[in-house]
Amino acid sequence: MDSALSGNPPGPGRPDRVGYLPDPEQTLMKLVVAGPFGVGKTTFIRTLSEIPTLHTEEAMTETGAPVDDVAGLPGKTTTTVAVDFGRLTLPGELVLYMFGTPGQRRFFPLWQDIARGAIGALVLADTRRLADSFEIMDMVEEQGLPYAVAVNRFPDSPVHPAPVLRSHLDLHASTPLVLCDARERGSSLDALIALTEHVLHGLPASAPAPEQP
Amino acid sequence: MTPTPRRRMVPAYLATGGRTRPGGDGFERLTVLFATGAEQPSALAELEAEHRRLWDLLRPGALTVVEAAAHLRLPVSATVFLAADLVEAGCLHARAPIPRAQQTDRSLVERLLVGLRTLR
Repeated sequence: MDSALSGNPPGPGRPDRVGYLPDPEQTLMKLVVAGPFGVGKTTFIRTLSEIPTLHTEEAMTETGAPVDDVAGLPGKTTTTVAVDFGRLTLPGELVLYMFGTPGQRRFFPLWQDIARGAIGALVLADTRRLADSFEIMDMVEEQGLPYAVAVNRFPDSPVHPAPVLRSHLDLHASTPLVLCDARERGSSLDALIALTEHVLHGLPASAPAPEQP
Repeated sequence: MTPTPRRRMVPAYLATGGRTRPGGDGFERLTVLFATGAEQPSALAELEAEHRRLWDLLRPGALTVVEAAAHLRLPVSATVFLAADLVEAGCLHARAPIPRAQQTDRSLVERLLVGLRTLR
């Protein structure tokens, strides 16, 4: 588990370990970091988060059956998954929350709930198994969220030229594709910047201020 | 994303006082919660122990619903129940993630981009 509180007995908050928001008037924004299991979502969030990565445990009703991990438990229709998240305070009274979201179709309702109100999604991919990211890319597109794809570099990952990766991932020409190292802060920030530029590009230009009657 | 077979000490349905009524409309993961004052409100005595845990957590400062849920090891949905009760009882304030309604999506995303580039 990745919670800062893992291993501590449950109990009242320990104020010395809780990262309170310094100013309750800040603007809070959300984006989702999506991808298959083991692609580096939690590493990415941990690299950028100013608080130790936290998680919530979300109970969820299965939408698909049969489900392997509850096999042998007749009548059990819910499962619990941990959703990791972190927080990054930016200059200008802005706080960005990053949620690691499940990549499997069977968690679609949970994914929709977490992604609601997000400005966009960063989809992580691994060149050793690019196809594992297809399912989450479909879910992001169904949700209508703008997204960028970040290929997380692992030491033994094969290196492919960007046009080959784009073709394999069947990316729209406007969808950004970046290489990143989720362990490295600058590289991870660059991936977020690429996503944010893409989100901004898709928004209508600011409307003129309404005229006063 | 990891499956978690571990069980909570207090099941979620008990943490909410056994209620299943819909509540907490308008709350979301990033709703900001903060105490109305440092003194323990008398209304708190009428509520459940889980309400007190949430209020105790928030006495020193503000947190979002999802952060409070993580620290208390409660599901987000149960935390929303508790927060809604505490707001109704006058023990907590809650506010939306984006405080000034006149901000456009574009101006927010522009601010985000400027902020990220500054950190780079």
